[in-house]
Amino acid sequence: MREVAVVSFAQSRHVRREARNEVEILMPVVHEAVERSGIARPFDFTCSGSTDFLQGQPFAFVMALDAAGAWPPIAESHVEMDGAWALYEAWVKIQAGQADTALVYAFGKSSPGDLPEVLSRQLDPYVVAPLWPDAVSLAALQARAWLEKTGRSERDLAEVAARSRRSAKANPHATLAGDYEVAKLLAEPHLAAPLRRHDCPPICDGAAALVLAAGDVARRACKRPAWIRGIDHRIEPHALGARDLADSPSTRLAGVRAGVGKGGVDVAELHAPFAHQEWILREALGLGAGVDVNPSGGALSANPMMAAGLIRIGEAARRISDGAARRAVAHATSGPCLQQNLVCVLEGA
Amino acid sequence: MGDASEPKPVKTIKTPMRLEYQYTAGEATSRYLRGIAQGRILGQRCPSCKKVYVPPRGSCPRCAVATTEEVQLSDKGTVTTFAIVRVPSENISVPLPFASVHILLDGADIPFFSVVQGCPLERVRIGMRVRAEWVPREELAPTATSIRWFVPIDEPDVPFEKLEAAL
Amino acid sequence: MKGPITEVDGVLAAPHVLEYPYRRSVGPVLSRFFTALRERRILGVRTAAGRVLVPPAEADPDSGTAVTDDFVEVGPGGVVTTWSWVTRPREKQPLPHPFGWALIRLDGADTAMLHAVDAGDASRMRTGMRVRPRWRAETVGEIGDIACFEPEG
Repeated sequence: MREVAVVSFAQSRHVRREARNEVEILMPVVHEAVERSGIARPFDFTCSGSTDFLQGQPFAFVMALDAAGAWPPIAESHVEMDGAWALYEAWVKIQAGQADTALVYAFGKSSPGDLPEVLSRQLDPYVVAPLWPDAVSLAALQARAWLEKTGRSERDLAEVAARSRRSAKANPHATLAGDYEVAKLLAEPHLAAPLRRHDCPPICDGAAALVLAAGDVARRACKRPAWIRGIDHRIEPHALGARDLADSPSTRLAGVRAGVGKGGVDVAELHAPFAHQEWILREALGLGAGVDVNPSGGALSANPMMAAGLIRIGEAARRISDGAARRAVAHATSGPCLQQNLVCVLEGA
Repeated sequence: MGDASEPKPVKTIKTPMRLEYQYTAGEATSRYLRGIAQGRILGQRCPSCKKVYVPPRGSCPRCAVATTEEVQLSDKGTVTTFAIVRVPSENISVPLPFASVHILLDGADIPFFSVVQGCPLERVRIGMRVRAEWVPREELAPTATSIRWFVPIDEPDVPFEKLEAAL
Repeated sequence: MKGPITEVDGVLAAPHVLEYPYRRSVGPVLSRFFTALRERRILGVRTAAGRVLVPPAEADPDSGTAVTDDFVEVGPGGVVTTWSWVTRPREKQPLPHPFGWALIRLDGADTAMLHAVDAGDASRMRTGMRVRPRWRAETVGEIGDIACFEPEG
């Protein structure tokens, strides 16, 4: 197995609505990640994650290629998924010996459309999508299943939200940050019972990019590369009624395969767009009380679609490279109610 | 099985999809369209390779850098390639058959799609000189349809060698 | 600014609609399901392992093996296994007034199906409650033939 590391990471400020188009948002982010890596273009491989449905424009992702620079022609791929899966593809490319360096980027401009409605198009087209269930209502089904199984309360959700926004005060890229009293949050009306607005991610536009490098290339690029010691992703059946929504067996299995339990975990960046999901993921990954969860503020503070998972990996990698953590776990999710999950273990040495 | 009174099995279902968006044009395209509303065609020049792009997107696709320098372009140009379209489609606003063309505006380095009207189809050719036909002044708006199409003008054809770089 | 073009945060904006008509082939398994719906009956299908999937699927989600040809009539009533509440329905959703989404395990089924429950108020929703389908006046063979579910009794 080749040694592969994240050697640089950059992200935009994630705002409620961007006036800029996708290239205008992405270009400075890609430039920053490339400059910080010290690796000159062209990269051996470029891979991106995004979905055209956010803007309602087929092939929107092709136009974003301007930000990466595709002349002379480059080896490139794209996933209609969160950029975390673009990173996975780039990692596989490097493992296969076909690349030593890779540029990975992701972006999502959700503001033009009705995001919960857009996301309903990913559901079973025969028996679910024609009912147009919105993404928040589906997450709420899972939240209730979890509350009833565990005996926990809506206060446990609000506490996750309050802690996330408090942590986000140190994150200049976050959409939402600040000190919120749990009691005041609980006084708010339900958005989709049992979820309140603060239990749900803020809708925003944003982008992120990072550079992967192998072995000595990584060592030359970065004083303390964030080595990917394990990475795995698993998916569950798409039929919600055939799954145990109160648990995340795919995260558990991906965590075992990625080797989460092989050592202590200092920091965990978990892609939990809904507050109850952080609880489910912590349990599935076996993270104890000593783990610093989502110091970035997590997806409850900023959730640029298609980039939020890649950002979890970038935020965890940054803390390794800064020396703040020796071993970190990053997680990304895709599909309704944690249907598909990717787990990545990063170490500083 | 085979019983005439058995109901016909359902073989297909209708699953229409309609999503509504408020599409925003981005900064570069907004500037371009505002220029169109004033009867002007604005491109952008790359600070690195110096190429001029129209319509501009705020970036150079070759150099991957932001483009900000605005260049006003003529509404005269040259046909760099063309196709005669005979296939009907809902979204075509001119009668069939018509000439779909790439036009390199004077001063630009990349051509863009448009339509030629006002000449017999067999006269449409690479190197043909054309000019934009705009909607009447009072109908100008920040939309690409402010330019209805391009029409031939009486200027000598541009030789192919002079167009090669833009193809 | 003329027509639907507006200005948002200093840039131009215009409405854009993405619309596709789509007529989908359902295949032999879902054909049985939709044909039965048209007759106001709900079918599940038995997996090789013996579980009854509702709605039917072509393969067992646990093993990936093809399901048997044993289509089982389920319901019409069933039990809510989890639910949520919609306070402001969207136009395309099953009901125009506040309603509950629920996963409903119909009598005889081993998996739950998603649908709307017209309970009137969130206080009437409960995991474990029994519901039954309310059929559309005219059925054609699609999931919307069940207009929604309603509390039993």
